[in-house]
Amino acid sequence: MHATVSDFVSDIVQNSIESGASQIGVSIAEDRDELVVTVSDNGKGMSEEVLQRVSDPFHTEAGKHDNRKVGLGIPFLIQAVEAVGGQFSIETEVGRGTTVLFSFMTNHIDCPPLGSIVMAIVSMLAFDGPYQMIVTRSKEHEHGTSEYEIDRHELLEVLGDFSLSGNLQLLKTYVDSQESALHEQGI
Amino acid sequence: MAKMTLEELRKLRDQKKSDIQKRDIEGKDTQIIIGMGTCGIAAGAKGVLDTFLSELDARQLANVSVTQTGCMGLCYVEPTVEVISPNMPPVIYGKVDAAVAKKIVDEHVIGNKMVSDHVFDRPSADIIQDGGK
Repeated sequence: MHATVSDFVSDIVQNSIESGASQIGVSIAEDRDELVVTVSDNGKGMSEEVLQRVSDPFHTEAGKHDNRKVGLGIPFLIQAVEAVGGQFSIETEVGRGTTVLFSFMTNHIDCPPLGSIVMAIVSMLAFDGPYQMIVTRSKEHEHGTSEYEIDRHELLEVLGDFSLSGNLQLLKTYVDSQESALHEQGI
Repeated sequence: MAKMTLEELRKLRDQKKSDIQKRDIEGKDTQIIIGMGTCGIAAGAKGVLDTFLSELDARQLANVSVTQTGCMGLCYVEPTVEVISPNMPPVIYGKVDAAVAKKIVDEHVIGNKMVSDHVFDRPSADIIQDGGK
């Protein structure tokens, strides 16, 4: 089972990347007692039959992992959100894409820690491939809401290549500065 | 930390590029591939990625390729990391935490010697015994 909320976010976003999506939108919105994540993609989508089995840990998509008979990402997530009174939903259509929405009640005693949102965002941006990803991150404070947006293609244009360690470190510094400012604006 | 703009990021990148060109980069052509499947994430692979970036940066190794992949099929020893270095056999390390990641940078990437205790796949046993030399 994942240790942090950020781990769940990374896992679900990776499904979108593996689905061959060219456009992925990730929204991570935090208010005082709830964190809501939406991941939308224009990947291959799922049939009704596959959708009914996504919560089955002993089902994985044929061809995704040749010798493996389990698929734990979504079952783990459903179990975790149900344990803290959160919500989970999937809308999907074959050939059109998938939208996964889930939330954690962060004031629930069993809610996992948030973990590193910065490394989750760095990791989801840095997979190989030409996909576009827009990450929208917001946090509600006492006097309003702060937010930032990250555009993968814009950053690729600036940094050139996410596979080199030096560029990845710069990407981390950039995302870290956005996330730090988000929290400082609430002080 | 002040919120960085894309222009500031571009300047930092140009500065770093200029630094790289001034040095003969050690570790060039080395590839580090981190397993980031459900099993890897659950075992702490994102922290391992973070440690590799920090350690490579601390040693001014900006030209090492660091990429992510899905499950490598070794879920029982996650987090797993494959390292491909010139003049070394490709190797998959398992049970990699922050301390092991630092050892991989010091001993494998810089020292050209395997971290034998954590080798789980690829080189045969006789290669591992003498540290991969």
